[in-house]
Amino acid sequence: MAQLIFEKSAAGRRCAVMPDRGVHQYKLPEKYARKQAPGLPEVAEVDLVRHYVGLSRMAFGVDDGFYPLGSCTMKYNPKVDEQTAAFKGFTDIHPLQPAHTVKGALQVIKQLSDDLCAITGMDAFTLQPAAGAHGEFTGMQLVHAYHKSRHDEGRTEIIIPDSAHGTNPASAAMNGFAVVSVPSDADGGIDIAKLKETVNEHTAALMLTNPNTLGLFDRNIEQITAIVHGAGGLCYYDGANLNAIMGICRPGDMGFDIVHLNLHKTFATPHGGGGPGSGPVGCKHFLEAFLPYPLVDGQGGDWQKVSPSSIGKVRSYYGNFLVAVRALTYIKTLGAAGLKEASSNAVLNANYMRLKLRDLYPEPYDRTCMHEFVASLAGMKEEYDVSAKDVAKALLDCGIHPPTMYFPLIVHEALMFEPTETESRQTLDGAIQAMVDIHAQARTDGQTLRTAPHTTVISQPDEVTAARHPILCYKDE
Amino acid sequence: MTRYVVNTAAQQQQMLTECGYKSFDDMFAQAGVAKRLDGPLAIPAGVSEFEAAEQMQALADQDHVFRTIFRGAGTYRHYIPAAVGNLVSRNEFVTAYTPYQAEISQGVLQSIFEYQTMVCQLTGMDVADASVYDGGSAAAEAAAMCVQRDKDEIIVAQEVDPQYQQVVMTYHQFGHIKVRFMPLDKLQVTDRTAGVIVQYPDFYGTITDLAAVKAAIGAAKLVVIANPIALGQLEAPGNLGADIVVGEGQQLGLPLSFGGPYLGFMAARQELMRHLPGRIVGQTIDKDGKRCYVLTLQAREQHIRREKASSSICSNEALCALTATIYLAALGPQGLAEVADTGYQMAHLLQQRLQDVGFSHVEKGPFYNEFVTTCPQDVTELMARLEAHDILGGLPLADGTILWAATEVNTPAEVDALISVIKEAH
Repeated sequence: MAQLIFEKSAAGRRCAVMPDRGVHQYKLPEKYARKQAPGLPEVAEVDLVRHYVGLSRMAFGVDDGFYPLGSCTMKYNPKVDEQTAAFKGFTDIHPLQPAHTVKGALQVIKQLSDDLCAITGMDAFTLQPAAGAHGEFTGMQLVHAYHKSRHDEGRTEIIIPDSAHGTNPASAAMNGFAVVSVPSDADGGIDIAKLKETVNEHTAALMLTNPNTLGLFDRNIEQITAIVHGAGGLCYYDGANLNAIMGICRPGDMGFDIVHLNLHKTFATPHGGGGPGSGPVGCKHFLEAFLPYPLVDGQGGDWQKVSPSSIGKVRSYYGNFLVAVRALTYIKTLGAAGLKEASSNAVLNANYMRLKLRDLYPEPYDRTCMHEFVASLAGMKEEYDVSAKDVAKALLDCGIHPPTMYFPLIVHEALMFEPTETESRQTLDGAIQAMVDIHAQARTDGQTLRTAPHTTVISQPDEVTAARHPILCYKDE
Repeated sequence: MTRYVVNTAAQQQQMLTECGYKSFDDMFAQAGVAKRLDGPLAIPAGVSEFEAAEQMQALADQDHVFRTIFRGAGTYRHYIPAAVGNLVSRNEFVTAYTPYQAEISQGVLQSIFEYQTMVCQLTGMDVADASVYDGGSAAAEAAAMCVQRDKDEIIVAQEVDPQYQQVVMTYHQFGHIKVRFMPLDKLQVTDRTAGVIVQYPDFYGTITDLAAVKAAIGAAKLVVIANPIALGQLEAPGNLGADIVVGEGQQLGLPLSFGGPYLGFMAARQELMRHLPGRIVGQTIDKDGKRCYVLTLQAREQHIRREKASSSICSNEALCALTATIYLAALGPQGLAEVADTGYQMAHLLQQRLQDVGFSHVEKGPFYNEFVTTCPQDVTELMARLEAHDILGGLPLADGTILWAATEVNTPAEVDALISVIKEAH
């Protein structure tokens, strides 16, 4: 059992000594003074370092091994991107410095916005949203502001496929929209007939991921966006799966009006155990005036004047700037050909794994996928009582991060694999073999799988008790 | 061009063949991508890692890093102990995803549990979440936590950071929450008021009298946007009636970074636990009875509740929260109190010296490390003169006054230098 840092504390022990400026004559009025010091740990530097090095060894990143976590694009995070994000000219500038003292930072924002426009077929970008869901939230605000500007305020519904990420309906609802679900067809795409029945004068927008969460490209995409536009709605592109299409096709050409991207997925910035991410939002010209402020102007020299139609601000300043620095470095190294090569290999690696696994792990939709694919273990569960979760946990014992489990919701016992382009054939073959071996074990020794993992520091935590009797803080006994 | 694709061209071709595709183009056609780009993307050709770093360095070189900064306004330069950056940059932390698989993520989960504990200790609250995007979005999320069926109005004090006011307004402009702004001394709470948001110390540095605000707002919830460094010295908001405490965690070990990534922290009283947005880590035991940590209370979250979730937040600022955790552990209670007090001392020294040269304190009560003065000189010309001496002066405000800040990185010698530049005008 790993000790908490609080349990390593000893009264009076010190670590960092902060500067004493020799000024002590001012007295905080007693009324405002803290009566009891906060219960922070008191440790020496060596304790501190060993504690967090110890915790790091109980974490698993892309740098530790294969991470085919579907929908999350866990590609390798290049180290040069970390190096440029640590340049003093980027880390040590105050966000409220005069514009003429931050010309380089403004250029970073401008160059990245221009590149993202070129990649997606949009006309303008804001880098302010701090993550993908924050980008969705911002995009839904643009939808609202657009219809309001046209005095078309009866548009209260957002159409979302049943295969969508949970963030989509949540972001729509946070902005007061009602969510209308459309089912998938036999091909894994949107059911066109149902979509036609669904759109009407209340349609504010369609939110769509393409390729969708099944990893499938919707063959009818232009027809879909035309149907929504025909009803007076806008088309919103959730860029979670952009890693499938860079240099191949563009949301702007498919008929989308607004996109959000995840720099921490497609553009190789690290996920940091859950953030910081970055969720830039792009749009076509007719929506540009609604973007959050500030924006850098066309010349890249200064801030643009605030548009009177702007939705406002979704967070302070200009977003997760150092994430933008990493993403721009990444785009500079790969360039146009490199981005296309990345997407091409992301799709090839996914299909390679899919085809090698499909006999044992059948897919609900048997067709060429894009950058990820979904297998259903419903049959395995039925036949051998081995679930998607059991297989995932068994993969932990193989040193492989499991695929996304039980998503999308429309596939039973789903496992969603996204190998990404930065994995070798050897790595893929190793993971395929592990999956084959697990399947063989399911047939002969399901119990070992149901009790997996067996090699990790803990196994099968009791999540029910955690939620029923929440302990969210350490309390000194 | 730099490549992170691993398979060689020959391997790629072989894999295509094994999969039954004639080419990449054929693969995309079979996947249903009918309309494909016929030319390259309009972005520059890729370059070597060395050249990319050079290009980025050339951009960084166009930014000016000030030797001395007396500007804060919500974002402050502090000393960051060397161990903090060293530990946070461990690859296992940096390149991990959200800890969905608890068995291989105990390090990340435990660090979040420690973070939640520290946030509760600082704020005097019972529960904290694993972080949100930044201080402004934390305030906006807190507003949503307060609202109930018959109480849909949120009051934001006008002394709150103007950017946070804008973020709260933007967040709720299309939803069902009504946001009103009013000065702290003229709060008009009605029976529809769900919560009142104040800042502590406020945007202008004044130490808000939280107990007095609490007494004035009746049953409405008190939301406090707190400066986490100041909490090393100021009474915890939880002991003064706060129901929710949020804030910007940038000061806890994160560099200025031109505005991000930063860290929104959120804590609340026990009864509001299930209204917190985003990830929360809880303690439990594994099948062998070992103490361990998991993501918990997920029934609040978007991947379970979809449109009924408490927020759409998914990715948060985990690595920034880890930074804050290690920073606070490095400082301990005594170190934090010292950093807080040195900021207090330096700001008060600065205020006195500015007063001596005719920059009158616009006083609204006791202040912490930030304060407003008049400016008897031309503000633009003064700022340019300070810049020539490598000093970033206080923030000029719209009414002609200046908002000054100091922290432990400022020295009495820097104050001397500032005053002598100011005196040059006489």
